[in-house]
Amino acid sequence: MNNTLTGKAAVLEGLPEHPAVKAILAWNPQALTDAKWDRGELTLTIAAEEIRSAAAAVQAGGYNFFEDMTAVDWFPAAPRFQLSYHILSHGFKEHIRLRVLLDEAEPSVDSITTVWPAANYYEREVFDLFGIRFEGHPNLRRILMPDDWVGHPLRKDYPVEGYR
Amino acid sequence: MSNPAGMPVLEPAEGAKDQHMVINMGPQHPATHGVLRLVVEIDGEIVVRLYPEIGYLHTGIEKTCEAKFYQQVVPLTDRINYLDPLSNNLCYCLAVEKLLALEIPGKAQWIRVVLAELSRLNSHLIWLGTHAMDIGALTVFLYTFREREDILRLFEAVAGQRMMTSYFRIGGVSMEPPLDFFDRVQSFIGILPEKIDEYANLLTGNPIFKNRLQGVGTISAADAIALGVSGPPLRASGVDFDLRRDIPYSSYEKFQFKVPVLTEGDCWARYLVRLDEMRESIKIIQQALDGMPEGPVKADAPKIVLPDREKMKTQMEALIHHFKIVTEGFAVPAGEVYQGVESGHGPTGYYVVSDGTAKPYRVHMRYPSFATLQALETMCKGRMLADVVAVIGSIDIVLGEIDR
Repeated sequence: MNNTLTGKAAVLEGLPEHPAVKAILAWNPQALTDAKWDRGELTLTIAAEEIRSAAAAVQAGGYNFFEDMTAVDWFPAAPRFQLSYHILSHGFKEHIRLRVLLDEAEPSVDSITTVWPAANYYEREVFDLFGIRFEGHPNLRRILMPDDWVGHPLRKDYPVEGYR
Repeated sequence: MSNPAGMPVLEPAEGAKDQHMVINMGPQHPATHGVLRLVVEIDGEIVVRLYPEIGYLHTGIEKTCEAKFYQQVVPLTDRINYLDPLSNNLCYCLAVEKLLALEIPGKAQWIRVVLAELSRLNSHLIWLGTHAMDIGALTVFLYTFREREDILRLFEAVAGQRMMTSYFRIGGVSMEPPLDFFDRVQSFIGILPEKIDEYANLLTGNPIFKNRLQGVGTISAADAIALGVSGPPLRASGVDFDLRRDIPYSSYEKFQFKVPVLTEGDCWARYLVRLDEMRESIKIIQQALDGMPEGPVKADAPKIVLPDREKMKTQMEALIHHFKIVTEGFAVPAGEVYQGVESGHGPTGYYVVSDGTAKPYRVHMRYPSFATLQALETMCKGRMLADVVAVIGSIDIVLGEIDR
């Protein structure tokens, strides 16, 4: 299946049997704001305030392993930040991507460390390099940059040359 | 799990201030395999809490990638996990090829398999030598580095570089391997099985080595999955998952090999799993050499793949394409992909976002050591301080890939 499905309606119609789609539909169809099937990868966009329970829903649906999480800065577009959670299923032998969009002003989202403790370091990394806060994170400190660093280096408006 | 919050250890816990002590291990400690700093609270010799501090090797590679053309990112990836350079190259190239929907010729895919497995052997040989050395078995280090030198010579033969190979390129490999290359690989894998038996002979039956590893650093499958442990340590805890077999890439589905799985979840199981993986890698290389397809080693995509030197000097078209690729790069269709490969340390993942230009909008690397480090406290808690050294050796971390 190499065709592209864009939009929530197309994915729900084209992949009704996909286990991740079924898990999200059984949980809360309203929280799924957008979806995409592209290059053999499923991307589900979740409303920002629902990400923690969405993570729990796909975990219960068989996507048992938290593999990766990072952010993309779409500056100057709005909404500015995108969080991409890559979740692996050892059973279905497949990755899915959960996507959350955040506005520029004081970006903040619920931490999923209660669902997967493995997200701890990844959320600290995104906090460190993008300045996105994770509510309920047990230890939200910088992880790669020094504690007294000013600014968030992976933001697109972070100066890459000259004096700091 | 102990201290799942992963809170920093600053001073002894309340109520134990007279008895406990907080000590600092690293970042310049020989057993931390680089620049890892551990802050450990101990009660006598027993580890009570442990907090890893990382970031000493952070070089901002992800930021650097955003300023380079797609093809210029390949040499940067070598430097992340410098013990397994070709897996990094492979993962990045596969991700960009997925974005481009580029078909790679069979021979290039099989050469990639041969070199990715040699690279895994390279990584495992260094792990075995340094792990045994940390425990006090110094001899093995000399032997594994002898075989590693042979692998580095093979890398030098194909890429001209011993460590920072950059041999895989977007669209294939950089050039045909030298004529005698496959014969040299054949003779190397001919001698390697008996060398592995030699290491096993020195270590597996060695009661000191066994006592230092058995029952040490145990982690259950459930804890390992919750804390993000992946690769050989996860398979040593009883989870049967290997990306090469389960989500195949680069024609791994055409090879027959076993995935070693053990259930004990201790340092000893991790040692045995990796030792078996080395034997399986040899089988994969043998199959690849036996069935090596004929044909080109680069995709037929003149706007993406650099032309041969000979063509560039004789054909106008090739010269123009060469000039364009070097000066302007090539545009990659907008989109986002996540590509995973099984590197020596476990599943590596590259997340590449394109906005349709010739430079990647965002490149993120997922490396197994980063997540595995979160489980270090669970593995070490309640054990002796000296066991921390054994556990760090057994999870096989490289700080270059943790800090990036």
